[in-house]
Amino acid sequence: MLLEVSGLAIDLPSPAGARRVVHDVSFSLAAGESLGVVGESGSGKTMTALALMGLLPDGAVVSGAVRFEGLELARLGEAEMQRLRGDRLAMIFQEPMSALNPLQRIGAQVAEPLVLHRAMAKAAAWAEAVRLLDRVRLRDPERIARAYPFALSGGERQRAMIAMALSCGPKLIIADEPTTALDVTVQAKILDLLASLGEQSNMATLLISHDLAVVARHCRSVLAMYGGTLMESGPVDAVLRRARHPYTRALLEARPRPGAPRGERLRAIAGVAPPSASALVGCPFAGRCPLTLDVCRTTPLPTIEFEAEHRVRCHRVDAEGRLT
Amino acid sequence: MSASALETRGRAGASLRLGLAVVAALLGAAALSLVWTPYPPDAIDVPHKLLQPSFAHWLGTDGLGRDVASEILAGARVSILVGVIAVGVGLVFGVALGLVAAAAKGLVEDAIMKLCDFTFAFPALLSAIMLTATYGPGVVNAIVAIGVANVPIFAKLTRATANVVLAREFTLAARAAGRGPLGVAFDHVLPNVAPALIVQATIQFAVAILAEAALSYLGLGAQPPQASWGRMLSDAQGWMYVAPRLAVFPGLAIALSVLGLNMLGDGLRDALDPRLRARG
Repeated sequence: MLLEVSGLAIDLPSPAGARRVVHDVSFSLAAGESLGVVGESGSGKTMTALALMGLLPDGAVVSGAVRFEGLELARLGEAEMQRLRGDRLAMIFQEPMSALNPLQRIGAQVAEPLVLHRAMAKAAAWAEAVRLLDRVRLRDPERIARAYPFALSGGERQRAMIAMALSCGPKLIIADEPTTALDVTVQAKILDLLASLGEQSNMATLLISHDLAVVARHCRSVLAMYGGTLMESGPVDAVLRRARHPYTRALLEARPRPGAPRGERLRAIAGVAPPSASALVGCPFAGRCPLTLDVCRTTPLPTIEFEAEHRVRCHRVDAEGRLT
Repeated sequence: MSASALETRGRAGASLRLGLAVVAALLGAAALSLVWTPYPPDAIDVPHKLLQPSFAHWLGTDGLGRDVASEILAGARVSILVGVIAVGVGLVFGVALGLVAAAAKGLVEDAIMKLCDFTFAFPALLSAIMLTATYGPGVVNAIVAIGVANVPIFAKLTRATANVVLAREFTLAARAAGRGPLGVAFDHVLPNVAPALIVQATIQFAVAILAEAALSYLGLGAQPPQASWGRMLSDAQGWMYVAPRLAVFPGLAIALSVLGLNMLGDGLRDALDPRLRARG
């Protein structure tokens, strides 16, 4: 396995004491595979990604184990993590607008990891940056390399970000909502590009999104998170077609359906997402779930694997995957 | 761009141009005094004391017969020297401290900022007087004193603006590319806080000129026979009722320089304000 996460928990400091934003998350990702992470805002998706990169905000406490290429990331010092970041482990951010330095030419920013990790001379790194910009199918890469971020469109900027992330040939690329800020048509092109680049170089992708359709189309497996807890995971087909967890089902039902009559309201999940709490014992979805029993609030969640790799964490699902 | 934004830019441009012209004249005067002054600025010629302005002495002569125009030209040199070095000291140490504070966060940040508060608590002129009282009066000590007072100003400004820049995603992206916190601070944050620093530097330059004049007026800065606008003011005090012009000319030189630098700072602030900058 390229990446193995087991029992990951993250506490963030807050004025009222530590706040646990991710509870006991475990998953794994093989080389060249693609994994989607879905969940609403505040479900801990981004914090999980930042924990993998070792870039959590100051004061965050991580427990559990993250193994990447056999390395225990928690045991690495900051200097070793720096050597890993941008080299074998790369990340793409949500806002291409703000994720590029406005005062540096695109070429210099794409070349930065090469200068850092490959000890390339500036000129050689620049030439390589132009090649990378070409590889992410930007027209006229020479011109783009000389341009400043403000001169580029959102899609072009996101391609430049991808070029920067790809520069050292990473084994794992984490894409945190890479297309949320883009138009739908550009979105599809960027994701297709990411998928084909991943295949070409056997690069694993961790795609974070709140868009189920995006994950369904571009990932082989999927994790559904809620309130910092992993709810359901498995191959995309199995999870989307045979969702067992009440939360995943509610999420699927909340999608807009093509061909729905005009004026039909979207189905929303009743209630609001609870504030993250350290004292969570049972299921974070208990307050909004139609099937909640007392046991849901008082007993830690079981993990039930009822078909190959399809796991669900719910008190109401039995070993055969039936709702009880 | 809207009409009112254009108008604002027009006015900002005027302030920038006027400020630049005055500062250029100041620099020109200082440069000229290195190679030529009408008379040696320190040449005492008692028989020709207190002359009215004339062709021979454009601004007249002072109580010891020194040519006022020559002294003003030579005095510009001291003002600029003090401004450049004092602001330079403030920039180098202040920016470094501010960036380290913003990048390191936590205890290091707190310690640096408390140190700045401590320095702030001492009025700059008072610490300058203390320093010259201990190590003797002179331009060098005045420069050191003014420079030290500048350090916390630049440190605080740098930290505050750097924290705003650090909250933007590209600094996290640079970390994700493998940069360390200090590398990000100096390569990615510093260029983005530079506009604020440039504006502050021109304003501190004006403050430094005023401070040097004040110290020299008190007899703690430039020592005779070195020409300095503050020292000229102090000399003119004795002739206040006989020849008030002796106080007017150096006073005008100080006021004009400070006004020019402030206008330049204002103009630069407007020119560097991204909200007013045209989109490409």
